[in-house]
Amino acid sequence: MSGKRRRWTRNEIEIRALRVIRPLGIAFFVLISVFPFYYMILLSMKDISEIIESPGSILPPINDISTAAYERVLRSTDNGGEGFVRFLINSAVLATATVLVTLAVSILGAYAVARLDFFGRRKVGFLFLSVYLFPPILLAIPLFVAFSKLGLRGQLPVLVIVYVAQTLPICVYMLRNYFETVPVSLEEAAEVDGATRFEIIRKITLPLAMPAIAATGLFVFMIAWNEFLFALLFLVEERNNWTVSLGVSQLKNIETPATTLMAGSVILTLPIIVVFMFAERLMTEGLTRGAEKG
Amino acid sequence: MATASVPEAPPTATAGGRRRARNTRARRDARAGMALVSPTVIVVIVMVVLPVVWALVLSFQRIRLSGIRRLDVFGGEYTLRNYDLLLGSDRFLDAAKTTLMYSVFGTAGAILLGLTAALLVRSSFRGRGLVRGAMLLPWVAPVVAITFIWQVLLSPQLGFVNAVGTDVLGWDSPIPFLSQESGEIGLFGISFGVPTALLAVIAFESWKSFPFAFLFILARLQAAPPELEEAARVDGATPTQIFRHILLPQLAGVIALIAVLRFIFTFNAFDEIYLLTGGGAGTDVLATQVYSFLTARNDVGASAAVAMFMAAVLAVGLIVWLKFFGEQERNA
Repeated sequence: MSGKRRRWTRNEIEIRALRVIRPLGIAFFVLISVFPFYYMILLSMKDISEIIESPGSILPPINDISTAAYERVLRSTDNGGEGFVRFLINSAVLATATVLVTLAVSILGAYAVARLDFFGRRKVGFLFLSVYLFPPILLAIPLFVAFSKLGLRGQLPVLVIVYVAQTLPICVYMLRNYFETVPVSLEEAAEVDGATRFEIIRKITLPLAMPAIAATGLFVFMIAWNEFLFALLFLVEERNNWTVSLGVSQLKNIETPATTLMAGSVILTLPIIVVFMFAERLMTEGLTRGAEKG
Repeated sequence: MATASVPEAPPTATAGGRRRARNTRARRDARAGMALVSPTVIVVIVMVVLPVVWALVLSFQRIRLSGIRRLDVFGGEYTLRNYDLLLGSDRFLDAAKTTLMYSVFGTAGAILLGLTAALLVRSSFRGRGLVRGAMLLPWVAPVVAITFIWQVLLSPQLGFVNAVGTDVLGWDSPIPFLSQESGEIGLFGISFGVPTALLAVIAFESWKSFPFAFLFILARLQAAPPELEEAARVDGATPTQIFRHILLPQLAGVIALIAVLRFIFTFNAFDEIYLLTGGGAGTDVLATQVYSFLTARNDVGASAAVAMFMAAVLAVGLIVWLKFFGEQERNA
């Protein structure tokens, strides 16, 4: 009897404690996730002397918002700025080209893995291992040597190829997860009607998987936009070809106030957050679909 | 189907024709499959497999960047000098140790945070979608931006963390989190040394990657059947007991998967440490050492040797892990 009663009280205590802990815990996680970004935006709009004077102040400067840091970052180098407009264009072109090439290649590959029984179909896992098991910096060495030797190292198209290789496996994986949700019966019906494999992909599978393909494309865009190591190794000597990531990282080398650094970081982060807001659900579902089975 | 339902039927003309049709169809599918997957395979072979093989070759050669234009790809002398040099170097052994600590604790921290977060937002409440999206920010934001945010946040001069520490928490002086190799912590009158900067980068890695663990664990939680927990609750199990005996066993698989993936990614990570500390203050990991061999010291051979060592450690670790867990799964 007494044992039963004790267990009941423990239950009661735990449930009550959880009722308090849960909202506090959620608040904690939201705080640690959002506050650094708030802090970044805040500092980018402040005056550096203000920050040095009172580093603990985190209220928004409603009366005197300073845009000096943004002006400096965006102005072209000829006008004494950092020339970030150019970097934004580079990053956008680079990421878009990566998305287009990766999607074109991975749609075919993912369709084959999802639908067609061919030799080696089950070995796609090794593809992932081979790409993600090896440190990117290991791949960087021979690629760096090879492209230096060819005299192509600082060129953006070279970086597109590198990024395609880095994003291809995850892309095939995500798209395969989506393609498997397209009912086979639809394709079989089209086949009975005499459609070829290529027509089936183009007219049935692709339109049905379009939202998922868009989400996967945005995911690749994110990876390419955020990428740092290869951009650093390949482009650092070609300022005209710098990406935003590389541009922000190189801001630190010069005597740059924290406000400018934060303004650069805002410009770097904002497009990614916008992209992410559009496609969050589909992107994360495509990634975790395999995990639900346990 | 028709042939299967009449197993002993003599091979009539139609059944044979059908079988032949199925065979040609299977063959056609196999051909189409290989054709469609070949661009993917070619890209991976050219951009991943060949470079790995070449890196292996480079690691047995004495090659400096300045000599690259004259470089003969597979020619040149082969030597063990690079590996010899590494195994005798304290700097390399220290970096190997640091890498291990960084990966183990960074992975554990990310999983612990992610698991907690997933359990917290599991049941629905108002604004849940927004909270979930907000928690993914550290993971989707560009690494260059978030490392700089934390550099400023942790800065001894103008950082928010040190301002709160000295003004509110009563620290004697600001802590240079990212440039102090070891500091002292006094707790209950006992003071002990801690590797400050290493702890800071581990904390950063846990923060940056917890959304990854969160996402996968949450997806798995959502697929867990509610009847099991309901039955346990009716039998008087408390929330912690339900977690320990009902939820955790279901999550074990996905947590093991995340642990492997995170360990690999953290072990290979370069950006975070390079950008936060530049590999200084006791945070030099193998990846930053590869980079400094390649660029600052101009030694392609040695950098390839360090990178091959990293790949070998991961490959061996993965084989052992697969054997261990693969067997467990088969027994289960």
